Amino acid sequence: MNLVLSPLATVGRKTLGMLAGIGRFIMFLFETISHFFRPPFYVGEFFQALLSIGYFSLPVVGMTALFTGGALALQIYAGGARFNAEAVVPQIVAIGMVRELGPVMVGLMIAARVTSSVAAEIATMRVTEQIDALVTLSTNPMKYLTAPRVLAAVIVVPILVGIGDIIGIAGGFLVSTETLGFNSATYLRNTADFLETTDIVSSLIKGAVFGGIAALMGCYYGMNSGRGAQGVGRATKSSVEAAAVLILAANFALTALLFSA
Amino acid sequence: MIKLDKIHKAFGDNQVLRGATLHIPKGESMVIIGGSGTGKSVALKCVLGLVTPDAGTIMVDGQDVTTADRDAFLARFGMLFQGAALFDSLPVWQNVAFRLLRGSLKRPKAEAREIAIEKLRRVGLKADVADRLPAELSGGMQKRVGLARAIAADPEIIFFDEPTTGLDPIMAGVINDLIREIVVEMGATAMTITHDMTSVRAIADRVAMLHDGVIQWTGTVAEMDQTADPYVQQFIHGKADGPIEAVR
Repeated sequence: MNLVLSPLATVGRKTLGMLAGIGRFIMFLFETISHFFRPPFYVGEFFQALLSIGYFSLPVVGMTALFTGGALALQIYAGGARFNAEAVVPQIVAIGMVRELGPVMVGLMIAARVTSSVAAEIATMRVTEQIDALVTLSTNPMKYLTAPRVLAAVIVVPILVGIGDIIGIAGGFLVSTETLGFNSATYLRNTADFLETTDIVSSLIKGAVFGGIAALMGCYYGMNSGRGAQGVGRATKSSVEAAAVLILAANFALTALLFSA
Repeated sequence: MIKLDKIHKAFGDNQVLRGATLHIPKGESMVIIGGSGTGKSVALKCVLGLVTPDAGTIMVDGQDVTTADRDAFLARFGMLFQGAALFDSLPVWQNVAFRLLRGSLKRPKAEAREIAIEKLRRVGLKADVADRLPAELSGGMQKRVGLARAIAADPEIIFFDEPTTGLDPIMAGVINDLIREIVVEMGATAMTITHDMTSVRAIADRVAMLHDGVIQWTGTVAEMDQTADPYVQQFIHGKADGPIEAVR
């Protein structure tokens, strides 16, 4: 009998553990959001987060977008040549960058750069009792550490996505006009004519969602870090894994929602 | 002033506190001694609300800490953490003036900085330390900054968690003397946890011995040296043989 019940008990325990984890995360999410609207507001922390998440991510976002746009142009040109459709490079680069690659690449870069650093920083604060010190100094750690970072990411990552989209299209433009023989004026006109407002809006919405996910994961895993260097390492690794998977899953859900009609 | 009554706390299967009861009168410096892992830090964190007891009550000035207004309650406390727990990203003066730059005790920035520098001087640090980052300071200096932060808002109650851990004997002596001077000067109620007997003799009005989750003994420093309690005797003389198991 035990042989039958033991695996079932394990499945039950794992399921309960997973549900408890989801519950904890949802409570964390709602508590974070509630601090957006309840004073005191830590304006300095918010602007510092804007700077570190936004401004200091510009180089990596720019380089990623530039090379992605260039590679996309080469791929579309080579693929399109199979059925005499090389001319659609500007349109496909524009739609590919703005609708999909721009937000996803920027989201993943933010997960790599911001989620990891936020998780490591907060986890180290947890391990070195800095979080406890905040509490004893009458400062709510969720309000002081989590809310400003998540709000800053939700605001600034769409801007990064917009910049990434432009640089990505520029990468495709450079490759197409310099090596594939496209006329620059025609390329730009085709890009502008083909892109719709909904493409751009959806790109920015994705950016806001991905930014929120990236910052939230870093804060959640940092706040719930285990002890010692191993705890910090595990929190950092888990936060990036969770952020990357959730960004890709959210991208699928948002694409289905925004472009299914 | 601070009353712990039958406090129980377990982490999973590990029962840390098993009915700890302790009374610290106003203005007294109480030092809790006991081996590593006996629950000294947990007891202290229970008073501050950083850890919630499973059972028992904690009263500060006759008010249950679980029902007190949190901000007003914490505003009466200062705490020196074992590793100082300074905020890495903030310069020293902002660490010291943290409470004075935000919340109910907020002051203008220039005034907060002035108070921070005065508190740094009080713990023997020069004003030029104010703009340095904590990582640029030695362990002893970090402890002093932590002490300056603990006293920055003139608290009525100050907690010291292993104040001399990781310091050389001379610096440990300096910190002990500073703690004693500051507690007397401010008339604050102090609760210190340590297993450093030099600290105990320098800081304590009264001593409590925590072992096996309960307070085994309390008395003055003079009584501590005279007592026949086998736990206290084994601990203060650092004997391997006795009722306290050497391997825990």
